[in-house]
Amino acid sequence: MKIVVDFDKCKSNAVCMGAAPEVFEVRDDNFLYILQEAPGEDQRPAVEEAVRTCPTGAISVEG
Amino acid sequence: MDHIVVVGASLAGLRAVETLRREGFAGRLTLVGAERHEPYDRPPLSKDYLAGTADRAAIALRKDGFDDLDVVLRLGETAHSLDVDARTVGISDSTVAFDGLLIATGAHPRTLPTQPALDGVHTLRTVEDADAISKWIDGGARLCVIGAGFIGAEVAATARGKGREVTVLEALPQPMVRGVGPVIGAVLARLHRAHGVDLRLGVGVQSIAGEGRVERVHLVDGSVVACDVVLVAIGALPSTDWLTDSGLTVDNGVVCDAALRAAPGIVAAGDVCRWPNAAFDDELMRIEHWTNAAEQGVHAARTLLAGESAEPFVTVPFVWSDQYDVKIQSAGRFSADDRMEVVSGSTDDDRFVAIFERAGRVSGVLGFSQPRRVMQYRRFIADSASFADALAFAAENP
Repeated sequence: MKIVVDFDKCKSNAVCMGAAPEVFEVRDDNFLYILQEAPGEDQRPAVEEAVRTCPTGAISVEG
Repeated sequence: MDHIVVVGASLAGLRAVETLRREGFAGRLTLVGAERHEPYDRPPLSKDYLAGTADRAAIALRKDGFDDLDVVLRLGETAHSLDVDARTVGISDSTVAFDGLLIATGAHPRTLPTQPALDGVHTLRTVEDADAISKWIDGGARLCVIGAGFIGAEVAATARGKGREVTVLEALPQPMVRGVGPVIGAVLARLHRAHGVDLRLGVGVQSIAGEGRVERVHLVDGSVVACDVVLVAIGALPSTDWLTDSGLTVDNGVVCDAALRAAPGIVAAGDVCRWPNAAFDDELMRIEHWTNAAEQGVHAARTLLAGESAEPFVTVPFVWSDQYDVKIQSAGRFSADDRMEVVSGSTDDDRFVAIFERAGRVSGVLGFSQPRRVMQYRRFIADSASFADALAFAAENP
């Protein structure tokens, strides 16, 4: 599983950080950082929630 | 289950259809939408789409079409009746039998009791509404917004961004004061005024008047606002008229159980759904926010497929609003009656975080341009953590 973020769409709402805090982090500079670009399968439900609940549809998953 | 009908083709309904297919439902699927458009995203209607920086393609909720979902789209058609016992739903001129039904008909804007049918008087819910308001704004119209909630405030901000003259009328003494309290209400008021909005607080609207088209708004105190376009943004009501004789319990929304079931084989999701939320002592909640619609659409679909073993839907409500260059976010369920503590930054600036306390627990968090902190405190709410724990965290993470 590979995380893809369209940073042109990302508006740093940090909803992904709420869903999958081990994968996504919005820091105090208000930019999104991907902590794990290829997280393990145990993270899949949390990542899928992040994909579905991103207000700008900026996150997708390959594989 | 052979045939599932989803009524309502916006975010909740679409997420439900996607979930049903993803989780293996192989029967027939019908998606009914009163609007003639394929599902689109509503939050940009008061922001980027209204400003013209996002177009129709950009706000489509499915960029790659519907072929892979194998769903019958009945767009521009209205569901007008439901017979729970016969398991049929009346759609336009037809009666459609279903085995599973998902109700996601959303909400519609409230209007003023005295609202006249004058040219230039609008509410905002649909893309047509946004197109009409956008045309006025681009044409140089003076805008009068009635109601300083999120939609009114966002449209005011967008119109100011285009240099238009904007008046915002609010009946209460501060914007959103019942929800956020007087301190943050005053911050919102300051934000609008700093950007040139003529914000009038604690004023009631007497009438909207003009010859053929709107020309002015008369206030209860006798003053008059001259304007070319009026946006009435005073909240929304759940769209349940079609369910009045259905036998379902309708009381400020479709009343559901914890798993979002309204009746056997019938579920609801999104703005129209009212359900007991275990994250807040099973308080019956109806939430009109994007994230909730997305999550409930998924959950209600799963409940339909799971039958008796369905799980409860538990959530900490989250909402965001972009106004001028400020990102306002809040999570939880709080009101002006709750104790408020600013835990990061200062309300003298437009960058701060406040948390709210009720009965020793964290009831909510609200941030101005602090998304990281808002999400951190949202977790305290989800975990039913004590307010003292949140304050201890705040002391270490200013």
